[in-house]
Amino acid sequence: MIEFKMPALGSDMDEGTLDEWLVKPGDKVTRGQVVAVVETTKAAVEIECWQEGTVHELLVPVGETVQVGTALATLVALGEHAEKRPRKRPRPSIKPTPAAAPSSAPVAVVTPPTTPQHRRWVSPAARRLAQTLHVDVDAVTGTGPQSAVTISDVEHAAATLEHTTAAKEPATKPKTKATPAERAAQMRKSIAAAMSRSKREIPHYYLADEIILENSLTWLTTRNAQRSIDERVLPAVLLLKAVGIAAERFGEFNGFWRGDGFQPATGVHVGVGISLRGGGLVAPAIHDVPEKKLDELMDDLTDLVARARCFSLRSSEMSDPTITVTNLGDKGVDAVFGIIYPPQVALVGFGQPAQRVCVIDGGIRVVTAVQATLAADHRASDGHRGALFLTAINELLQQPDLLEK
Amino acid sequence: MKTTYRTAVHDAIRDALRDDPRVVLMGEDVGRYGGTYAASKGLLDEFGPERVRDTPLSELGFVGIGIGAALNGLRPIVEVMTVNFSLLALDQIVNTAAALRHMSGGQFSVPLVVRMATGAGRQLAAQHSHSLEPWYAHIPGIKVVAPATVEDAYGMLGPALADPDPVVIFEHVQLYNTSSDIGVLGPTDISRATVRRSGTDVTVVAYGGSLGKALDAANELSLAGIDCEVVDLRVLRPLDDDTILESVRKTHRAVVIDEAWRSGSLAAEITARVMEGAFYDLDAPVARVCSAEVPMPYAKHLEQAALPQAAKIVAAVKSLFGEPQ
Repeated sequence: MIEFKMPALGSDMDEGTLDEWLVKPGDKVTRGQVVAVVETTKAAVEIECWQEGTVHELLVPVGETVQVGTALATLVALGEHAEKRPRKRPRPSIKPTPAAAPSSAPVAVVTPPTTPQHRRWVSPAARRLAQTLHVDVDAVTGTGPQSAVTISDVEHAAATLEHTTAAKEPATKPKTKATPAERAAQMRKSIAAAMSRSKREIPHYYLADEIILENSLTWLTTRNAQRSIDERVLPAVLLLKAVGIAAERFGEFNGFWRGDGFQPATGVHVGVGISLRGGGLVAPAIHDVPEKKLDELMDDLTDLVARARCFSLRSSEMSDPTITVTNLGDKGVDAVFGIIYPPQVALVGFGQPAQRVCVIDGGIRVVTAVQATLAADHRASDGHRGALFLTAINELLQQPDLLEK
Repeated sequence: MKTTYRTAVHDAIRDALRDDPRVVLMGEDVGRYGGTYAASKGLLDEFGPERVRDTPLSELGFVGIGIGAALNGLRPIVEVMTVNFSLLALDQIVNTAAALRHMSGGQFSVPLVVRMATGAGRQLAAQHSHSLEPWYAHIPGIKVVAPATVEDAYGMLGPALADPDPVVIFEHVQLYNTSSDIGVLGPTDISRATVRRSGTDVTVVAYGGSLGKALDAANELSLAGIDCEVVDLRVLRPLDDDTILESVRKTHRAVVIDEAWRSGSLAAEITARVMEGAFYDLDAPVARVCSAEVPMPYAKHLEQAALPQAAKIVAAVKSLFGEPQ
């Protein structure tokens, strides 16, 4: 029997609400098939199943919020026989008990003493906050000095509680979609958690390089001239491809910092920062960027932006990015100094390509150039390698035919 | 241009002597020798023996003379070389200078400034390394200040002389050779503490010779992602509760650095006030980093081990974030 579990769709997710089942018991499931839609604070995400088999039982009803790692359904593997009577599985409670605290939570989880010999230690500020937010401090895991409950523990528990309460309502009345305002507020909260964690934990260093785009743009114009409008490729795609290829060569920028060490990723899946119309942003992945042709990447990007903006992303897109690219060029800024999305270790930013006066071969020329910046995790890499990585992106953009593949 | 703390003290005394004919400087070796810490070099030549006066080695005597002179209209600056020797003048400072305004029903005030060096770190052993500022900060009737920066070394003397009541200035011995780029020197507000580095995660309270260590620790902690706010007390009595509490209410955590021994120290007082005034804003117990409770050792490594150091401050701050010390 295979357990199909609630996946973690990014480091800032600890729970999700089951929006829709796309399979029912008895259905055959193939690898990569979308089987359910899960609502996170960021989007409604289509969840793929990576195992093959037949759906045996759906364990979580639509509308319920469960922690990451909770079994959602059971599958019978090919050649395996189903048990006669499916046994009821105890699900981790959605109450934020210490046992249910997700390991991916941004705060370190400290196991409280099994039988405390004293009144629960709660900081005065945390106790006051808990009263305001109606959080039961006895149910909160403390991460402060001597495992005392601190402000951040209470805030974390309150956020969990809020989701739970919000998710419980549909059990009694028909499920209503989160309003855009609620979604925006929740997204703000999860962005706040991820970015605070990043700034707290990641020693960022920043490098910048001005990349002259003359070669790339001339090449792209010629290429696009032979195609119809919907087949044309945007300069942003060239930048993505260049970052992807460079990240493949410089492995220490492509992967994750987990626990005490860097884990290089096997493929290069570039997360693309997409701002949403109601506020907030997501950075879902375009998979295997170095292996894809420019046309494929253009299609992927168009598709990804459209789906991100209607909150319909896939689980692998949310959880797989190995490096992020953020492009604020269309907003008219020169450069981006990014915050790394943990557990990733690097983020490449692009500003607005603009005409600049440059000295080239001893002469003065007006060229189109873009500011490329690298924000990288100093635990995983050093400035020397960062500089080489950024330079590699620059060099790739000087030879655009290498990016076609 | 770089100005040293020593020069700033010197210039403050010189400017005071120039600007106000009532100002006189007296103390052991302040005249011919130029001051034990060379803070009054050249002043005897410039202002003459009437206004820059060497005194006998009798703290009780010459602090008393300073009080008498102040009562009779002068604005004396009395240098007591170091806080250790000031113990011989405690009776004058505590029983007379601090009390006269109150005992006379407001008829007399004692506009006296007493300067002294304080602190350890120069291998001067148990009798010459005290930080007894908290003793003075205990006494109502006097104001106690501790300049931690070159600016304050200059800026505190003027307002101290302008104060109608006794002011005791503590200059940390390790600071005299420190220097910084200063444009124009001006008066310091000696009623308020000041935030030397603003931050969001923890308030580090320090003064005098410990300020630099607190700032070093804050820089190191910033690498660990902990953003320290460093408050320089400046005034040890009366304490500026507002600045301290405002900071703690923001950061929810406090660490107090005090080179004095912690039993009955200023660190103890500040800790108590934080508890009284910001208990419900605290997210962790207040931590203290003070000197080890031993007479100061002579041996260099033991002396350094006994004193607050940046590494100890870093560890104390981290302990407030749930990391074992």
